[in-house]
Amino acid sequence: MNADVKIEVRNLDVFIGNTRALRGVTIDVPARSILGIIGPAGSGKTVFLRTLNRLNDLTRGFRATGRVLLDGADILAPGADVVGIRKRVGMLFALPVPLPMSIFDNVAFGPRLAGTRSRRTLRQIVESSLKAAFLWEEVKDRLNTSSLRLSGGQQQRLCLARVLAMEPEVILLDEPCSGLDPVSTARIEEALAELKARYTIILVTNNTKQAARVACNTAFFLMGELVEVGPTSKIFISPSDPRTNDYVIGKFG
Amino acid sequence: MSVHLQREIDKLKRDILTLSAEVENDVRAAVRAVENRDAALAERVINREARINAMEVDVEEECLKILALHQPVAADLRYIIAVLKINQDLERIGDLSVHIAERGLYLRGLPPIGIPFRLGEMADKAQAMLKKVLDAFVSLNEAAAREVCAADIEIDAINLEIFQQVRKSVTLNPALFESLLQVMSISRHLERIADHATNIAEDLIYLVEGRIVRHTAEVSDKSEHGRDDAKAPAPGGLKEG
Repeated sequence: MNADVKIEVRNLDVFIGNTRALRGVTIDVPARSILGIIGPAGSGKTVFLRTLNRLNDLTRGFRATGRVLLDGADILAPGADVVGIRKRVGMLFALPVPLPMSIFDNVAFGPRLAGTRSRRTLRQIVESSLKAAFLWEEVKDRLNTSSLRLSGGQQQRLCLARVLAMEPEVILLDEPCSGLDPVSTARIEEALAELKARYTIILVTNNTKQAARVACNTAFFLMGELVEVGPTSKIFISPSDPRTNDYVIGKFG
Repeated sequence: MSVHLQREIDKLKRDILTLSAEVENDVRAAVRAVENRDAALAERVINREARINAMEVDVEEECLKILALHQPVAADLRYIIAVLKINQDLERIGDLSVHIAERGLYLRGLPPIGIPFRLGEMADKAQAMLKKVLDAFVSLNEAAAREVCAADIEIDAINLEIFQQVRKSVTLNPALFESLLQVMSISRHLERIADHATNIAEDLIYLVEGRIVRHTAEVSDKSEHGRDDAKAPAPGGLKEG
């Protein structure tokens, strides 16, 4: 195993019922960098992302073959510790889902569930997580107010802080800025740029310009197939596959 | 690609093709003005410089506008970058046509030299390179662009030959000094036109293949074949190409 590769995916086929959602995907996800995943609707981006922390398990008719190695261990193997995997591989969804409780309790929710009781430790975790999510300055004086009173962009950063509070190794983001205004989007992107020094980040986005801005490497999916993956600059300047070219210039998708 | 971007790129394509056609005409007219000692034609080329310059500025502004408003990527991005660079080369070729026309005017007042320089052949070859690369640009034919890069070596060789001939003739017949200087200068301008045609060919290869081939062994390298000090120092007091 290559030490700089966090996740190795080999010949991953995913079926949902009779539909083949992913076709023989083989890709290395480098550690401590951002992999952008682009592709039109129905290309398998989200299915791929949700396979990486076993979120698809609950999807009716889901079946996967191939291997997904997280630090060399196959997370699809029978008997894999799914809860442990989800602790190591956090996820942020398109719509922010703040829990109906205070800002503090939102961030402290995971650590408390994991057994952290010390108020002081929790405070430290909440502060450092909110800082890493670029939200601390905006909420530090009102940690006890309801998370539902935050703006959409702030709620999304709160959810990011909640993911960070569990100290994951990998962060999966499924179109995290789809409902956000440009300023909130910029905040999230700033946070990602900082976080990539410590985390392995996979960002699924419908906004190809966002992948161009923040991703170190970019992968293009089409109809369940990984068409091309490479350094983001290569994908957006001279992609190898004409289908990638047509997608990034906006000919389809 | 959005309809808006497509429309802008189509317009840019028309503009750069118009500029290239104008520049090609200028080179042809300048060479003919020298060959036929045609002062009126030479004047016409000289007077068109401002128009070429204005077209160059327009194309550049179009490119900047597209970059700022549409942020093109991949093939579209490479097209805009290639046009930006080709635009500059075309403007320089326009300048060189003017310089050739000016040398033509100057030569008219001097006695004929009576030495068989290969200037006509060189002009034909340089024009053929320019035509070929501009046709290749229209049809995005990178194979033709590679042939243009290769052809530059021949032009360089003729330029060197003319330089040596001029050097020899000046010592044998110092009275022809002025005329020989003009011949040398025209030769150098033609050689520079061929260099710019080669630049365009390299930009075209980049546009089609996404690879920068400049300074590689793959295409003839102007720095090796066309080094000024290696063969043809520009005569002092004459306009540089």
